[in-house]
Amino acid sequence: MSAEQKSPQQSAIDELYDEAEHWNLNTGEETIHAKRLGGNWRKIKWLSASVWILMFIVPYLRIGDRQAILFDIPNRQFHILNMTILPQDFWMLSLLLLFFALLLAVSTALIGRVYCGYFCFQTVWTDVFTWLDEKLEGSPPKRRKLDKAKLDFTKFRIKFTKHLIWLLISALTGISFVAWFYDAYDLWSDIFSLQAGSTAYSTIALFTAGTYVLAGYMREQACFWLCPYARIQGVMVDNTTLVPTYDFKRGEPRGRIVKGQSEDERTTGDCVDCKQCIAVCPTGVDIRHGQQEGCITCGLCIDACDLVMEKLDRPKGLIRYESLDVLEGGENRPLFKRPRVWVYGLIMSAAMAGIGYGLSTLDALELKVIHARQPLFVLLSNGSIQNKYTLKVLNKMTKDVPVTITATGPEGLILVDADGITAKHGKVTPRTVFVRVPKSNLKGETTPIIFQVEGEISDEVFVGTRMSVFIGPKY
Amino acid sequence: MADNNPFPGENNTGHIWDDNIRELANPPPRWWMIAFWASIIFFFGYGVLYPMYPIGQKPTEGVLGWTQIKEYQEGLDEVAAVRAPFENQLKDMSAKDILANPGLADYTVASVKVLFGDNCAPCHGGGGQGGPDYPVLADDDWLFGGTVETIEQTITMGRKGIMTAHGKILSDAEADKLVDAIVAGDPMSDPNFLQKGCIACHGMDGKGMQMLGSANLTDGIYRFVRGGQSTKDSVKQTILHGVNDVTDPQTREAVMPSFGERLSKDEIKKLAVYVYKFGGGQ
Repeated sequence: MSAEQKSPQQSAIDELYDEAEHWNLNTGEETIHAKRLGGNWRKIKWLSASVWILMFIVPYLRIGDRQAILFDIPNRQFHILNMTILPQDFWMLSLLLLFFALLLAVSTALIGRVYCGYFCFQTVWTDVFTWLDEKLEGSPPKRRKLDKAKLDFTKFRIKFTKHLIWLLISALTGISFVAWFYDAYDLWSDIFSLQAGSTAYSTIALFTAGTYVLAGYMREQACFWLCPYARIQGVMVDNTTLVPTYDFKRGEPRGRIVKGQSEDERTTGDCVDCKQCIAVCPTGVDIRHGQQEGCITCGLCIDACDLVMEKLDRPKGLIRYESLDVLEGGENRPLFKRPRVWVYGLIMSAAMAGIGYGLSTLDALELKVIHARQPLFVLLSNGSIQNKYTLKVLNKMTKDVPVTITATGPEGLILVDADGITAKHGKVTPRTVFVRVPKSNLKGETTPIIFQVEGEISDEVFVGTRMSVFIGPKY
Repeated sequence: MADNNPFPGENNTGHIWDDNIRELANPPPRWWMIAFWASIIFFFGYGVLYPMYPIGQKPTEGVLGWTQIKEYQEGLDEVAAVRAPFENQLKDMSAKDILANPGLADYTVASVKVLFGDNCAPCHGGGGQGGPDYPVLADDDWLFGGTVETIEQTITMGRKGIMTAHGKILSDAEADKLVDAIVAGDPMSDPNFLQKGCIACHGMDGKGMQMLGSANLTDGIYRFVRGGQSTKDSVKQTILHGVNDVTDPQTREAVMPSFGERLSKDEIKKLAVYVYKFGGGQ
């Protein structure tokens, strides 16, 4: 179609396309070699990333003769410091997950994708891998040149070393992960003596391959196209959220510095279009187009821009953490006027309270009572009614405990076969017992009965109770 | 169409709709082609390893030699391997010895449940609760005795109770009177209990004799009461028509078949422990 024939609608559509002309879909055709500069946010990023060192160290800490934190799946016990959590306490895990899910939500509502930018393993491991890129292959232009160069001995040596170190880090990541579920010291000897189970080997292999591929090759592509949290968090951001923002009012119209021009004669905005913000971006976005899906809000562009502004003697903060409301001249709504923060906060406190309640009431001895259903009751030859119960005594302590079982309920009840039970530590000890009650003492079809288990370890008495019913014939 | 392609040189197929929507002849994405060929290779690889091609009467066997029944057998062997240490111990033990060892008794109860379900539960119920005509195994009222040895014997040999029909020697009114005395828990209070010879089997006190398998008439436990029937009607029917009395067509049938030939000695021993543990063992 020629320009003369254009209908108004068509021109409007063309305008839309013109606006989107800068739009560049990053689908990984080009490896992003980001420049590394220093700065405050860079320091914070290293600091927050260093929390992950715990993952490599903690499995080697021990309390007494066992690992301080061990998620022992084959034995169905989680040891966390002095606590032992059994599958019966797993409802707390769901509250913990709820808490962290909402922590992610509330932090995103306040300061954007801060998790992505500073803490996510994808970001952290990619950061370490690209740091190795820089150390071994040099600055971004050198890296691009090396990528294009023919494979000769030098290139092979550099690439081989890099991939070897990548693989070593990946393997260490896999082994460290497994060490949380496997005695860490045994793990190392078992791995090399081929004694570790197939689950351990396959998990290590999976994590090694995963780390190598995700941090070495996929990198920002994982954030763009794989990670669901990136998309979810995108919709949690609102006008009041603090995110790295380019102050277009100050920066535009952008333009290069004209030599010899004094600051007073300047007709352009503060942005000198040096593109340093793009050069340092680990996901390759241009922050000057505003908040976008590729931005993991890591703040590295802020560092880069501040560095340039400092050199030019212009005020820092052309790119800074700012909310859309403030940028457009408004005021930031105070925290207490943001209902989302309130709702998130309430749910989080509820989850925490639940966990607190759970941890404070972790009984050392727990009793479960299962009433036999077939038959519900039996008439004995002396006229008593007999009920059968399976008692399950759960001992969460680290030692076996001899326990006594008592029952209180209908008058004249006799508890049979409940003697001599030793509750094995970390296990459920079952026992079938019988309760006999003279028929004349029963007032109705069902009568409440309370079982109690009592055990003593080093002068401390632990008690667990459980209510059940005694069932008799109909009247 | 091909002669007059409005979009020349863009490798379209010549299929064009609505002026500008056209089908291009682009190759499929590489990952798709890789997955496509990988699945074809997988198909042939699977056919080599596992039974697949229907050649002749049977499909090809596959180099792994895998069959469903073999996998099932392996599963059974695995169970047997877990049970072996217990089973080896049980072999040389009597039922009484097993009961004296809580660990082995628990193992026995857990492992023989299926056997009880297959052989005993149809009459006695899954929990030994019995039913009309079939004795409760969970109570302590035993016709032939509740020691584990007797239970073992009962399972092995079977049991058959005998009671002659008394309809010919008792009038209806006399029978009613006797029934009243029995259900009240004091059979001796009716002189007919003595005169008509009930004591021969049920004893002077009416408590029965386990040697004969005669019932205890004083404990209020009646095995023949059907749903909707009163206890008295049931007891009267038993008195008038007897149990396993071939001369009376309305007699009660009460036969426990023998399992000695159907089950092994060890299985019967374990079943005896299982029944004993229902709560009525003596």
